[in-house]
Amino acid sequence: MSDAGAAPHKQDFEEVLDRSDKSVAAFEGHEKNLMDRLQHFLHGNPTMVPVIVLAISIIAFGFIAGDRFFSAFNLSLIMQQVSIIGILAAAQSLVILTAGIDLSVGANMVLASVIMGNLGVQLGLPAPVAIGIGFICGALAGALNGFLVTKVRLPPFIVTLGTWNIFFALNLWLSGAQSIRSQDIDAQAPLLKFFGESINIGGAQFTFGSMLMVLIFAVLWYVLNRTAWGRHVYAVGDDKDAAELAGIRTSRTLVQVYALAGLVCGIAAWAAIGRVGSVSPQSFQEANLQSITAVVIGGISLFGGRGSIIGPLVGALIVGVFNSGLRLAGVDVLWQVFAIGWLTIIAVAMDQWIRKVSA
Amino acid sequence: MTVQPILTARGLVKRYGRVVALNHADFDLYPGEVLAVIGDNGAGKTTLIKAISGAIRPDEGEIRLDRQKVDFRSPLEARDAGIETVHQTLALSPALSIADNMFLGRELRKPGFRGRWLRALDRDKMEEVARQKLNELGLLTIQNIRQAVETLSGGQRQGVAVVRAATFGSKVIIMDEPTAALGVKESRKVLDLIQDVKSRGLPIVLISHNMPHVFEVADRIHVHRLGRRLCVIDPKKHTMSDAVAYMTGAMEPPVEAAVA
Repeated sequence: MSDAGAAPHKQDFEEVLDRSDKSVAAFEGHEKNLMDRLQHFLHGNPTMVPVIVLAISIIAFGFIAGDRFFSAFNLSLIMQQVSIIGILAAAQSLVILTAGIDLSVGANMVLASVIMGNLGVQLGLPAPVAIGIGFICGALAGALNGFLVTKVRLPPFIVTLGTWNIFFALNLWLSGAQSIRSQDIDAQAPLLKFFGESINIGGAQFTFGSMLMVLIFAVLWYVLNRTAWGRHVYAVGDDKDAAELAGIRTSRTLVQVYALAGLVCGIAAWAAIGRVGSVSPQSFQEANLQSITAVVIGGISLFGGRGSIIGPLVGALIVGVFNSGLRLAGVDVLWQVFAIGWLTIIAVAMDQWIRKVSA
Repeated sequence: MTVQPILTARGLVKRYGRVVALNHADFDLYPGEVLAVIGDNGAGKTTLIKAISGAIRPDEGEIRLDRQKVDFRSPLEARDAGIETVHQTLALSPALSIADNMFLGRELRKPGFRGRWLRALDRDKMEEVARQKLNELGLLTIQNIRQAVETLSGGQRQGVAVVRAATFGSKVIIMDEPTAALGVKESRKVLDLIQDVKSRGLPIVLISHNMPHVFEVADRIHVHRLGRRLCVIDPKKHTMSDAVAYMTGAMEPPVEAAVA
């Protein structure tokens, strides 16, 4: 010990390092079996799970339910049916990527649609103004969630459970629990129903709402993967403390994420008026949880920081394909719900299995 | 010494309630040197390092960087001033790629319309710079710059964090226990890396409990005790047991070392 201080060189015991075995640890049985290969492939390409499930289920229902399922019309109808839940799933994905959860997305959307309807139809404001204010309210509602999560430091689950009820109560108060009828919208502010219109391509009916859903996912994919802000969202969800030390203002990023999710809910509100044809305060009560189902089936980790935004789009389509296929096959509605329940559990189990990959 | 210190602190005081973590602590770092900071648990070395890296603001005292008085309100400000810290936890995001991690929080954007208005990242440029910097510091073993950090070994992760600091740190690099979690082989690589960074002229502050590592790479050793600088010793003139004795209070430091 006494002379070690004088030597600015390697320690004595390290001399043997030069002669040490340089090969990396290897294990018996180098041949990987098929399951291992699959596990590795899926670990590198997590979005492939929902894509494969979607492809298999489309083919399977094509056999079971026949041409009625496999027609251009029916497939475009599925797009239409999942468009609102799909857009909400996009909002939900942003929050879940930060290791949070937003139980209030559906309530936020219905509240925004009631505000749009009240302003545009009952108060007679110009439709673009009504829609713009609806967007702003959606974003502010989301920002409120973000503020409570970051500044008051409450768990996202509790915050959004609370605001879910708050937004729902506000919506009943503003609407008087009354729907705004389709005719009144047509007369006063037909622009509110813009996303219900469609174009016909070879028997397929593409509503503007379905196109909006795809557009929103495309924009969010770009933002998350091609901008610094998107990388920060992943980093915050992955390891918040590390992100903070690396120089990311994590609280600001989180508030922005919740506000953006709220804005997307506001956009969903406009699309929902077109989809339903009226403004109904009692509609979409299950949308909060359905959006989480689509995200989970789409392979985004509930622990944050992992998964592609494209997954939830596929996840929403899987739910739509199951519902449509089972219905056309003449199966009772309750079994559709039953199937989606199992699908959710299997999706999370798959996620855990893939995560355990031996690197 | 005629050379001016690059980073100095005088009379730093930091209290947490009734606990005095820093008690009029001084600190000097000279250009191009490796200064080790050692001290027993609770001696306040972490608080000292936090003060000079901007993580906390001292209650009293002043810090000067290049003779300019500085007052960092956050680690970001210290970083902007050229002080980079390699934290013990590394502050890497496991699921992101090596290149993403290296540029986390200071990403490069594409020139022109796409960067300015679409905020597009310049991935090619970032990957190129990341690869070049890793190669310069001898981390050739990392093949794929797009690899997620979680697929790297502990030593490689440490390497990425050190290279990140060396790439962006223009004045000072602070390393907190860089070898604490590593095996013999990987510690060796990190120590070589410290020498490499030093040879490029960047001064390094090394916090470590590992005496052999401290005595191997340090030019001077700052011994911290009871919230203040006890002495600064030359590793060539003192033994490890001397250092441990000063640090724990078993022996009084020599008079000349106390003012060094």
